[in-house]
Amino acid sequence: MGFSKIWVHGEANEGVVASITLELLAKARELADSVEVVIAGDADSVAAELGAHGASVVHSIGPLDGGLAGPRIASAIADACSQGSGPDVLLCGTTYDGRDVAGRLSAKLDTPVITNVVDLKPDGDRLLGHEPVFGGTKDVFTGTTSEGLDIFVVRPKSFVAESTGGDPASVSALQVGDLGSTGTAVVKDQFVEESSGPRLDEATIVVSGGRGLGEPEKYEMIEKLASLVKGAPGASRAVVDAGWVPYSYQVGQTGKVVKPTVYLACGISGATQHLVGMKGSANIIAINKDEEAPIFGIADLGIVGDVHKVLPKLIEALEAQ
Amino acid sequence: MDVVVCVKQIPDPADPGELNPDTKTLKRDTKLILDESDSYGVEMALQLVDAAGSGEVRLVSMTPGGETGGLRTALAMGAESAILVSDEALAGSDSLSTAKVLAAAIKRSNPDLILTATESSDGYTGTVPEQIAEILGLPSVTFGKEVSVDGELATVKRQTESGYDVVDCPLPAVISVTAGVVEPRYPSFKGIMAAKNKPVEELDLAALEIDPATVGWAGARQEITEIVDAPAREAGEVIVDEGEAHERIMAFLDDLKVL
Repeated sequence: MGFSKIWVHGEANEGVVASITLELLAKARELADSVEVVIAGDADSVAAELGAHGASVVHSIGPLDGGLAGPRIASAIADACSQGSGPDVLLCGTTYDGRDVAGRLSAKLDTPVITNVVDLKPDGDRLLGHEPVFGGTKDVFTGTTSEGLDIFVVRPKSFVAESTGGDPASVSALQVGDLGSTGTAVVKDQFVEESSGPRLDEATIVVSGGRGLGEPEKYEMIEKLASLVKGAPGASRAVVDAGWVPYSYQVGQTGKVVKPTVYLACGISGATQHLVGMKGSANIIAINKDEEAPIFGIADLGIVGDVHKVLPKLIEALEAQ
Repeated sequence: MDVVVCVKQIPDPADPGELNPDTKTLKRDTKLILDESDSYGVEMALQLVDAAGSGEVRLVSMTPGGETGGLRTALAMGAESAILVSDEALAGSDSLSTAKVLAAAIKRSNPDLILTATESSDGYTGTVPEQIAEILGLPSVTFGKEVSVDGELATVKRQTESGYDVVDCPLPAVISVTAGVVEPRYPSFKGIMAAKNKPVEELDLAALEIDPATVGWAGARQEITEIVDAPAREAGEVIVDEGEAHERIMAFLDDLKVL
């Protein structure tokens, strides 16, 4: 309960703060007087950027040395809470590590966690998380009735990151206690997957393919189109489950939330699972054979037609430009 | 190697369901099926046990109403047995309550490995795997897109924002796997028939020595204060392709000046 002191679970890669962290800071500073970040890795290299976005203190648990962030950050926050120096509210992103931290911490402190949040608002002395349900047709507002720390897991792109030009945050060491066997998983190697264009969740144009493409080889049209418009290729869950493209391509409730300027859905019917991840796009174009497909209900431009006929011509037209 | 797979039985996603206006939770009066997300963990478990040469795959699940339809699907794929925690007091359970109950059931079989999906298709909190791991005091690796086991060590390719990490994790451990990690088999006719006779041990909260006040509505310690209709997005122009639709798309993109 209470929300005068908010901590944000910070994420950064090689000195660059993740966009989700800056988005969470933007909302946190609107809600609370005291906004701080808890982060692993080289905190000194990101203190200036975090400060510019409203954080006054960066609680650093230091380098992970191959360990996973989840159990370490959760343990450090739990200790801070039990010593009375912890926050009232912790905001994590719906990211790989963010959910690990939230889940571990929730079990450690025996406190509920509110997930899939896209907005936060005050309700007396607590915060309510706003979650879309049923494919975004209903919005629910949820708060806890428990004492102690409130944990919210917030979807990327829920808030707009904006620098306030604040002073660099001060860095303060946060101890990680004995993790026992919970901390024994070790990262042996890291691989960056080749991607020539912009990231799926940052692209101006996203071109997504679904089951209507018919066969995996046809997904090449999606990649070709995406590269021609300098966008990113995406996919529906159906084709990811079928193994055509990796999970990292998936747009939807399970997968990435995208809000590009243009979302081009090709052969995607528009299951609620998918709509949740893309209905925030500024402009939606849909191509589908079935005129009854739900995707047409939210498309600004709907093409009732065969992707195998429309896409080759579209590719040709773009190549001619 | 013994593997427990946590599976969830959910209403058919093709039939989206609705909220109960009194309790503000999902109405669950329809038939439940195996969450498709869990079929990947079941398949992964079957393959790992097969590769190890011995051991068995056991399912752990919970539901307020005693349904077993989804469990039978996973048993038909090849799992040996299931523990179903069924108790009316489980209605309204949040992710932490769910993890407490599943962890208590998992403890009874002392497995080498616990597999889960990354998140369920109906609740999609995505926190249960880590909560189970913390309650059981185990290490964990989430978002596994490839898993192999060599003796007492699991090696997992874990999805990251930019690619993947290769993570070594000593067993016992909790590993969550993404959809597409393996190709789930279709249950054979023989499997379906065999599943009818496979043991499903049904336990209530008392059998697991769980206080009903710590799970379900009582344990969730959350309240939904408001449910409102989300602002609807309007449908725009819909045209039928007569061979020229690509030109309309080009014009649309030109107007937005994104090319």
